[in-house]
Amino acid sequence: MWRRAAVNGPWLSIRLVNAGFYDKGNMSRKLHARRIEGIDKNIWVEFTQLAADYKAVNLGQGFPDFSPPSFIQEAFCKALSGGFSMHQYTRAFGHPNLVKILAKFFSRIVGREIDPMEDILVSVGAYQALFCTFQALVDEGDEVIIVEPFFDCYQPMVMMAGGTAIYVPLKPKEGCGPVLSSADWVLSPEELASKFSPRTKAIVINTPNNPLGKVYQRKELQMIADLCIKHDVICISDEVYEWLTYDGTKHVKIASLPGMWERTVTIGSAGKTFSATGWKVGWAMGSGHILKHLKTVHQNSVYHCATAAQEAVAVGFQREYDVFGTDESYFCQLPIHLHEKRLRLADCLKTVGLKPILPQGGYFMIADISNLNVDLTDPSTKDDPYDYRFVKWLIKEKGLATIPVSAFYSPEHRDEFQKYIRFCFVKEDSTLQAAEDILRQWSDSK
Amino acid sequence: MNPIHLLRVFRSAPRILQTNRFRNFTSCQYKMASIKHKNTKRIEGLDKNVWVAFTSVAADPSIVNLGQGYPDIPPPSYVKEGLAQAAMVDRLNQYTRGFGHPTLVKALSKVYGKVYDRQLDPFKEILVTVGGYGSLFSTMQALVEDGDEVIIIEPFFDCYVPMVKMAGGKPVLIPLRLKSSSAATRVSSADWVLDQEELASKFNSKTKAIIINTPNNPIGKIFSRCELQVIADLCIKHDTLCFSDEVYEWLVYKGHEHVKIATLPGMWDRTITIGSAGKTFSVTGWKLGWSIGPEHLIKHLQTVMQNSLYTCPTPLQDAVGQGLLRDFELMGKPDCYFTSLAVELEGKRDRMAAMLRQTGMTPVVPEGGYFMIVDVTALNQDLSHMGDDEPYDYKFVKWMIKEKKLAAIPVTAFVGEDSVKEFEKYIRLCFIKQESTLDAAEAILKSWNKG
Repeated sequence: MWRRAAVNGPWLSIRLVNAGFYDKGNMSRKLHARRIEGIDKNIWVEFTQLAADYKAVNLGQGFPDFSPPSFIQEAFCKALSGGFSMHQYTRAFGHPNLVKILAKFFSRIVGREIDPMEDILVSVGAYQALFCTFQALVDEGDEVIIVEPFFDCYQPMVMMAGGTAIYVPLKPKEGCGPVLSSADWVLSPEELASKFSPRTKAIVINTPNNPLGKVYQRKELQMIADLCIKHDVICISDEVYEWLTYDGTKHVKIASLPGMWERTVTIGSAGKTFSATGWKVGWAMGSGHILKHLKTVHQNSVYHCATAAQEAVAVGFQREYDVFGTDESYFCQLPIHLHEKRLRLADCLKTVGLKPILPQGGYFMIADISNLNVDLTDPSTKDDPYDYRFVKWLIKEKGLATIPVSAFYSPEHRDEFQKYIRFCFVKEDSTLQAAEDILRQWSDSK
Repeated sequence: MNPIHLLRVFRSAPRILQTNRFRNFTSCQYKMASIKHKNTKRIEGLDKNVWVAFTSVAADPSIVNLGQGYPDIPPPSYVKEGLAQAAMVDRLNQYTRGFGHPTLVKALSKVYGKVYDRQLDPFKEILVTVGGYGSLFSTMQALVEDGDEVIIIEPFFDCYVPMVKMAGGKPVLIPLRLKSSSAATRVSSADWVLDQEELASKFNSKTKAIIINTPNNPIGKIFSRCELQVIADLCIKHDTLCFSDEVYEWLVYKGHEHVKIATLPGMWDRTITIGSAGKTFSVTGWKLGWSIGPEHLIKHLQTVMQNSLYTCPTPLQDAVGQGLLRDFELMGKPDCYFTSLAVELEGKRDRMAAMLRQTGMTPVVPEGGYFMIVDVTALNQDLSHMGDDEPYDYKFVKWMIKEKKLAAIPVTAFVGEDSVKEFEKYIRLCFIKQESTLDAAEAILKSWNKG
């Protein structure tokens, strides 16, 4: 048969198809690249599907269920009806109007002249800015220190770049009684220092932190900065929740500390800033000599970001620049708006025996579930960590969606942190009310 | 310097710096800093780019810009309206499904289900990406690595080579060649062909994939069914993948047919096909594209997506989905934008070709796409005063921008070093431009020979 096939040339393929030789996946060689090995699993895919399937009240994934502020929606509509150029490619590294206002806005905050063309890269959400950063700066054999708990994408991104993740945990301060606030979770200076080695390329910090809500104080950042300078390490500072701080807590930019601008990449997000996560506009900001490498990655991966959304974000920032620090500023109004929701949710969680840790900043609150005695005998989850099982039970039995916090820990430490679940409180009052009703019913039935 | 020695020096540096306070701390720090802030190996040499050189030209309003490939005609109004409506829906301003907004992937599976004549699973066989560019990147990162060879046909959209390199692969180039039998003055993109023996010789056991682009940028060639069959046979024989960049798939001119290599026998399971909303609806600034293929390949692209940017903008995806559904109902009719745009552009194509001929240049009339390359040899333009460190077409374009106020792109930007001589008399012009832009170009071309 093969000899005949060889003689028959171009029609070989048709005959072999008819002979059933080309069933699905019949290629004999390994297809995928090694860089994607071990990074195919993802909690969001699993849990957002589950929440949708059970039509659960969704306090899981981190996005607002209220609308973005009207001034930003209007800016988008105006951009859409702008000239043809709003629908065609703009400057690859960032729409000029946007990078100029970002530079102006953040120069005032960081306390130095930021060059819009050299020191800023606009990306498809902060997620892509993180990707460009790791791809640009992390090589095989490089170590990257990640503070736990961490936004889950840092670890697979380090892996995909061929780096090795080294973890250091935030832990509740010893001897301070019941741990009630994210401020009580701290790094041990000795433990942190021990994680730096000659192979350390970067450290990733996230402030305000997801999922814990911790806002690093200046002296904590100084400790990290001292180590970065001593070991000549780059600091990747994920600050997407920078405007969401509560109880008078101040957000401090590590890039503004002495000696840090030259070695920090600061990541920001229009989605979190303007409650429009679906626009996927973010940025990386830092010294041009480092940013240029991120630009190389960007120009060889997506090249341009959507124009109209960038224009709308630029208009939003100009408006915020003009009203900065006043009551009118969205950056003042949103945290005030969320402050109460946060307290309300915390109170509600306490009534059912959950122990919330009040966040100083961000979108999320974690709660200790160890006091609850729930019968988690669902056989389909028996191999999952405890918090995964609890979350699935909560979705299926109570119709309330949350996220298990061990997903934000390294494989090495996951087992120690199985007793927390994460709630997003950036939701309409009606959503929070629905969640409260579920929790109250549950508490009453106990 | 001996790398092991270098490693020892750097390993001991921190101790040296700690113990020897009288060493010049700052200069040591600077030397260490400059090494750690260097780019990673994967992007070594990938920072240069033809667009950086030529797109700043677009800012000068006195220059007629037929260079970079984007329309200056407006997108269809129903597409813009779709976006305005989507922006008013709260839920559409927040994250959607990572691998593609349900409205969009379902619309894509409908449209392409019809084109491919097969059932397409919207969730497993389609991935939405940031433009066709993002699809190419996801494909390379997912499926190409160190040790893989990837065949690329010249001239190629310039990002293919750096993307293959960034994925650790080795680009293997093969040029399209002008058939010697073609008429001297009426050249078509169909006259540019691959030499079959030469193509076969490029395949070996290391070949992971071949990239094809049909309709092709910059030549505008549409690979015929026979030509695709030759490529398909080689892919099957050598068990390679095929990455088919079909972003210009709707821009097909009279007398030609766009054929999807994935529809050839044995090819569905080994092909990723790339499409673009930007090119389909004249909205390049929306940066949405898609990869379509079998689940066992698409799942790897999805892994890259979830670890690189996770999800694409929601309102834009919704609007593209709505636009596709509208045109799906009209497919095959003259009202369908996929058809009407091609008809509109064919007129512009013919107009541009005529304008170029009357100056003495020889245009290569494209069968598809919105670019035309043109041979400037007959103009005999002496550019020796510009030195000899650049290919002729780069010098010609720079001269033309300065002297004639008309911008184009040099075609050798789309070829490897070995093919420069074959292509350096060609420049690329984009004709998806409004009539006033073409009028301005015509005025320049008419007065060309008046110096």
